[in-house]
Amino acid sequence: MDKKVISTISLAGCFGCHMSFLDIDLKLLELIELVEFNRSPLTDIKTFSKRIDIGIIEGGCSNDENVKVLKDFRKNCDILISLGECAIMGGLPALRNHLTLKECLEEAYFNVPTSNHNQTIPRHEDLPQLLDKVYPCHELVKIDYFLPGCPPSGEIIWQALAALIKNDKLEISKRLIKYD
Amino acid sequence: MSSPKKIPITVDGKKYDVPKNINLVEALSSQGIRVPTLCWYKGMDDCLGTCRVCTVNVNGRPSAACTLNTTEEMKIEFDTSELNDLRKSIIELLFVEGNHYCPSCEKSGDCLLQAEAQALEMTHSRFPYEFNHYEIDYSGEMIILERNRCVHCKRCTELFTNDDGEKVFSFIGKGKDTQVVINKETEKSLSKHKAQEAMDLCPVGAILVKGEGFKTPYGERKFEKEPLWIKK
Repeated sequence: MDKKVISTISLAGCFGCHMSFLDIDLKLLELIELVEFNRSPLTDIKTFSKRIDIGIIEGGCSNDENVKVLKDFRKNCDILISLGECAIMGGLPALRNHLTLKECLEEAYFNVPTSNHNQTIPRHEDLPQLLDKVYPCHELVKIDYFLPGCPPSGEIIWQALAALIKNDKLEISKRLIKYD
Repeated sequence: MSSPKKIPITVDGKKYDVPKNINLVEALSSQGIRVPTLCWYKGMDDCLGTCRVCTVNVNGRPSAACTLNTTEEMKIEFDTSELNDLRKSIIELLFVEGNHYCPSCEKSGDCLLQAEAQALEMTHSRFPYEFNHYEIDYSGEMIILERNRCVHCKRCTELFTNDDGEKVFSFIGKGKDTQVVINKETEKSLSKHKAQEAMDLCPVGAILVKGEGFKTPYGERKFEKEPLWIKK
């Protein structure tokens, strides 16, 4: 059997979901026999070099760079998975969604005790532009599967990957569904 | 005392004998059929049916089971893929209408909305998240009102009183502007025990006792120990 190709990315997330991925512990040895990793923070490969079977997205979309990367993943991956609360519903970064962008930036750069002394909001063409709010991934591209949790357990990640690698139907046990 | 008269009803094509004129959710529960609920709880006779999570088909018509009493020859559809999906959609709508950030919620693991979502295998909402803003009321002596999580079930406004029998919570506004408010005078007299009772009555994390929360260790919270989907 050809090895399945996996790519992962963290958008507006904390990398906790990636940490949870590593929490599948000894199953990692089994996994590495079945898959190869392409573009991913785990490999530090920055671009796709082939067609991807399974793409895993951590985090929602908070800026234009996140949207670009997410669309790139959708284009290059046969199956796309939203991993964790931030990818699924914006998560804690989305706590800013009831504020205007102006309020949000002024709070972060002017009003907090640790604000910079220059009283400026960084702006440069190389810096990603913040979106008006944090968007769940499935509101921007089609997502095939959702693995909830903050973070999702290593067990749910393994159960999902094991099914998809074998081209089985992905059925998640109720006991593994959680939202925190 | 003679036992109440039993009447036949049909649930998903199967006949059951249940007491006449009792709450339908209670009747189904007595036969081992757990109907998802948020606004109803065990022992409640007259439920307002605000959340609709208990929707079943009665004689072909979608109805909130908690608002009905058993009558002879009721034909109920409960466990069909269409009705399960409908109930799941209602839960999903509640998730997008409020701001339910489970990872940072004091009630996570003890939250009925979360537990019902898990039992209905909700992995995400199929509706767009609204991210509406609701003011949090910190002005109470004992209680914080976290309106971002309120599902307007009316448990607190209808059922909760202080030790003198006075209401503490009420609704103001209409439609999407409806919000729960605290009566500061009656809230002042709440004991810690009573305030905790209000927090426990709330099916979500909208009513919080000041200084409480995050006390039960992860893995030992109510619905982690007794998930709703486990048959008793």
